[in-house]
Amino acid sequence: MKISAPHMGHLHLMLADLFQRMGVEYVKPPPTTTKTLQIGAKVSPEFACLPLKINLGNFIEALEAGADSLVMAGGHGPCRFGYYGIVEDRILRDLGYEFDFYMLEPFNDGAWKFYKLFESLSPGLSIRSLWKILKVSFSKGRAFDRLYKRALQIRACEINRGDTSRALKKAEAVLTAAYSPNEIEEAAAESMAILEAVERDPDRQVLKVGIVGEFYLLLEPFSNFGLEEFLGHMGVYLERSVWVTDWIAPNRNNIIYGYPKKLVKQKAAPYLNHNVGGEGQETVGSVVLFAERGFDGVIQLLPFGCMPENIATSILPKVQQYHDIPVLTLAFDEQSGRAGVITRVEAFLDLLSARRMKRNAGVAAPLEPAAAAMSERM
Amino acid sequence: METSAITGYLGIDVGSVSTNLVILDEHAAVMAAIYRRTQGQPIRAVQEGMKELLELLEDRNIEVRAVGATGSARHLTGVILGADVVKNEITAHAVAASQVIPDVNTVLEIGGQDSKLIVLRDGIVTDFAMNSVCAAGTGSFLDHQSARLGIPIEEFGSYALKSESPAHIAGRCSVFAESDMIHKQQVGVAIEDIVYGLCHALVRNYINNLGKAKDLVEPVVFQGGVAANAGMKRAFEDALDLEVVVPIHHNVMGAIGSAILAMELELMPGESSFKGFDMSDLIYETSTFGCNGCSNTCEIVRIKVEGKTLARWGGRCGKWEAEDEAAAVRMKQASTP
Repeated sequence: MKISAPHMGHLHLMLADLFQRMGVEYVKPPPTTTKTLQIGAKVSPEFACLPLKINLGNFIEALEAGADSLVMAGGHGPCRFGYYGIVEDRILRDLGYEFDFYMLEPFNDGAWKFYKLFESLSPGLSIRSLWKILKVSFSKGRAFDRLYKRALQIRACEINRGDTSRALKKAEAVLTAAYSPNEIEEAAAESMAILEAVERDPDRQVLKVGIVGEFYLLLEPFSNFGLEEFLGHMGVYLERSVWVTDWIAPNRNNIIYGYPKKLVKQKAAPYLNHNVGGEGQETVGSVVLFAERGFDGVIQLLPFGCMPENIATSILPKVQQYHDIPVLTLAFDEQSGRAGVITRVEAFLDLLSARRMKRNAGVAAPLEPAAAAMSERM
Repeated sequence: METSAITGYLGIDVGSVSTNLVILDEHAAVMAAIYRRTQGQPIRAVQEGMKELLELLEDRNIEVRAVGATGSARHLTGVILGADVVKNEITAHAVAASQVIPDVNTVLEIGGQDSKLIVLRDGIVTDFAMNSVCAAGTGSFLDHQSARLGIPIEEFGSYALKSESPAHIAGRCSVFAESDMIHKQQVGVAIEDIVYGLCHALVRNYINNLGKAKDLVEPVVFQGGVAANAGMKRAFEDALDLEVVVPIHHNVMGAIGSAILAMELELMPGESSFKGFDMSDLIYETSTFGCNGCSNTCEIVRIKVEGKTLARWGGRCGKWEAEDEAAAVRMKQASTP
């Protein structure tokens, strides 16, 4: 069996680890590129959202790279995502591909079903050993997330542009090589130290921006034109409301984000007090949280046509008004152009720094890394 | 030249449809302004514009203290002109509007292919919106319709003002708006009413696309090429029930804004990266090639001047740009938060 799954940021690092432990051969889909999206968009319904189109591109490229089995996450609720696996399976078969398809439904939807899926991938796998594997693999996933989270903060103050991204690559390799729980623990510390060693300017005035929105757009840099790295190079400190392991974890304590789902929902309640699917309610709650924590602004990312996020978008003007925090909403699909996104983001940063200057009356606006962004702005 | 040099600030806005250049004096007053078509050739438009600007200034000896560039071709312009500040057009327009009316609260801007709405409070931008999925209602569409109706674009507005009862034109999509206009013509609706009806449709579309949940209050400034159209101004006043001000230099506000941003750098004489008016005689070559580094196959644009590479850009990963670090340093200040 050669198994593959769609890309979603650094999820593949976790999957590679997980499948290795289960003794299943994992085929990492080729990196997501413009070509991947073109392949996916061509076979997707026009009105499906961007994640489905990229998923299908990943699947097709993985099948062509030799995969014979595909895994896709399921789910339920008002968002279309839960149905995407079924649709993708059908589209791929209509195209003539042959493969085994596995829908991974959330643990909370039935522990036995959850176990049986893994057992079908790796026959003879006991519940006990699955639990152990998941635990170790997940702890490694947490360590990856912590690295990426820290990088979003460090990049804003890096002295040599690109140092953070380079250090992150190195740190990632160190952690990837770790296998036993002890090794993982050591590698987590070592990789974080690599990241922390990035030369920084501690006095740099940086804007603080929160990133909220639909999970796929937040987790997959390809889908948002590498917005986080771009902002980091512009000298913006970032925090994000969705992380891979927070999203997977059944308890939803949001260890990486730092604010449990329950609290986020409470914060959203005055504006939106019920689940609208996807991250709609969390988006609203997270904007409130970022505002309360004194962030300069928030950027909301969503795939064009995303119902839960569109509900949030229509509610956010009220949140902006009561909490006095600017929010920039950016919708993406395969027709999006980078130039338009960058123009809006630049104008938004101008807006944020003018507000900051006014508030601090006289304190200089955030500095920008000297030669920054020339390339990034194109 | 015997006369002593006058300090001036050059602002340039290269957009999809027009290329605008202004020279401001030390008090931010417009000394010379050029509005010309880009015609898909931004470098030529800039060079021709610079020549025209020099002619306009006649024998006045201008010492350009600083240069600002904006518009969708701002990076390209910045490189070939040696701009000291390169800013997005939203900020540039807001800065210019604040200069004309210091307590401006709302800026309506409609250009060739985009439209923006900027909300300011106490001189600071607090919110903005820019059309993203639809360009119905921008200058290009009006251009096209005026040609189709055989009315010069300059007279489009005066036609609209003659109308007593505007026709209802479906303005959601510019293609369907055109079908609807043709239909109205075929059933005998007066041309003035169709023209003014079109203005109403465009304004409706603008407000629906950009103005949702935004607090639009006076003073309202209407700028951009389309602001020349008196029918659009009146339609905005009807729809918003507010007084709308169209500044004299409404069509070059982006350039004015970028000149002001350049002025705010407070450069000393000789500190500017400006390459001089001579740049209009240089030969710039642009070429593109596909990078084969990965399957993104990014299209990389290369600009050469006199056989030497001036800048490269266009990649997702930034490896081509990194080799032009020197050029990047010259562009310091570029899009600073």
